Amino acid sequence: MMRFARLPNPGRSRRIVFLFEGEPVEAQEGDTIATALLAAGAGATRTTAVSGSARGAYCMMGVCFECLVEIDGTPNRQGCLVAVTEGMSVRRQAGPAVIVEDAP
Amino acid sequence: MSAVRDLVIIGAGPAGLAAAAEARDHELDAVMLDEQPEPGGQIYRSVARVAERRPADLGFLGADYAHGASLVDAASGIDRRQGATVWQIGPTANDGTREVIWSRDGRAQRVSGRTVLIATGAMERPVPIPGWTLPGVTTVGAVQVSLKQAAIYPAGRLVIAGSGPLPLLLAEQLRAARIPVAAIIDTTPPGRLTAAMAHVPMAALGAPDTLCKGLALLRARDRSGVPVWRDAFGLRAEAGPDGAVAAVRFRSASGEEERIEADVLALHEGVVPNPQLTRLVGAEHRWHAVQRCFHPVTDPWGETTVAGVFVAGDGGGILGARAAEGSGRLAALAVARRLGRLNESAQEFQAARWQMRRLGDRALRRLLDALYPAPDWIAAPDDDAVVCRCEEITAAQLRAVAGHTAGPNQAKAYLRCGMGPCQGRLCGLTVTEMIARAQGTTPAQTGYYRIRAPIKPVTVDELASLSE
Repeated sequence: MMRFARLPNPGRSRRIVFLFEGEPVEAQEGDTIATALLAAGAGATRTTAVSGSARGAYCMMGVCFECLVEIDGTPNRQGCLVAVTEGMSVRRQAGPAVIVEDAP
Repeated sequence: MSAVRDLVIIGAGPAGLAAAAEARDHELDAVMLDEQPEPGGQIYRSVARVAERRPADLGFLGADYAHGASLVDAASGIDRRQGATVWQIGPTANDGTREVIWSRDGRAQRVSGRTVLIATGAMERPVPIPGWTLPGVTTVGAVQVSLKQAAIYPAGRLVIAGSGPLPLLLAEQLRAARIPVAAIIDTTPPGRLTAAMAHVPMAALGAPDTLCKGLALLRARDRSGVPVWRDAFGLRAEAGPDGAVAAVRFRSASGEEERIEADVLALHEGVVPNPQLTRLVGAEHRWHAVQRCFHPVTDPWGETTVAGVFVAGDGGGILGARAAEGSGRLAALAVARRLGRLNESAQEFQAARWQMRRLGDRALRRLLDALYPAPDWIAAPDDDAVVCRCEEITAAQLRAVAGHTAGPNQAKAYLRCGMGPCQGRLCGLTVTEMIARAQGTTPAQTGYYRIRAPIKPVTVDELASLSE
């Protein structure tokens, strides 16, 4: 199973704690959501809107849109372009968006 | 940001940073917009912070990477916005300026520029093999930028599959960092050395250091003890019971089918210009038959066929990081000249150094192009390979329409390929090449997707924020 590890010497990088699926996860200064989730062993972080197949980060440089996650309530954010900040809340994305219609 | 700026630079990689430094030298009022949280682009990803916070890591990332810190430094003082995603470059207004629209933290903003420099660089060429959408399949560049940015690496069995200088460089960086590699599958077609020999003398003259480094990388790979499979083709990524990649199958030089277990499979078949912004502005593009991608047509200073819009770095054609710096300088010199900050002879004088160096970089590139051509199978994926990752369109589906479609834009209407969030970045070249092949035409005749704003998805809230 896809798992990333972090080199042992963090230098003077600070530790950052954010929430993934409501659980605290430790990250390191300089992490994007995508690198932090790889290091946390999150594996596939979304399922596709078309077939529901599982996807994980692919390009890590903002072109493929495979690392889309929900960040602080906003879905479809590119995890590889957003720096992790303390207390940020990140969630997986499952399939297509669900449109909630207002009650009549 | 309401005032009109002299120059809007998009992208903070080597080209953008060098352009910013040059612009500052000529007192141009420039603003730099970059999508990443930190400057450096891909080649120098996060380099300033790494140099400051994790200086020990420069040891395995190498001196060429560390050089990026001096570029970030040279560009300091420029108005630089990180996390700024550009999604529209508008037409020219009556006063000759052009509006660039960008978003940050869910808010859209505009800035007008007398000139615009697109320095958005390259992306890795899509490698549409069966199974490339599985979790755990990634790219060589992705593994490398993750190592730079976050000091993370694939902990399980890492298999590198592909061709070109980047897999060699990554293998060496991993070796120096004592990170194990399970296997290297080299997909470089056989017999390239003979074809490339003719370009060695000029490359040795033009870029001797880089050539020596390349030879050292090759030697280091072959001595590293990592198993290397040569002349490989017919790659397929295979899923395990958990749905992630578990193995890669391929055919070796002898034609035997091999299977190697993998927890992470990193693909790489060279890099191509990221075409979105040069396409968006309607610049003319030309097919480069050797590099198998479209290049925007430019004058020697990097100005596209759209007046006032320049391109520098690998977005204008693949020449590498060193050349990107030079082309950024040249574009900024042309802008300074146009806006009356220096006269023609000063422009020519200051450009000479970068033009000379570019001759060397071009000689080196001819050698690399001959050594590492994109393999022919890139344009002929297996039927079950996904071509468009976003809309999950397979090669078989595209083949069914490729013979009678009017082109990539009609194929898009038939199948939705290229209509997902990536807007064709990961399928555009494959779709063009497959249609060209089915119709017996050239990619130049077939053309490319029409790229329209917004080039990255924006929310209705973001659009609304423009009117505030």
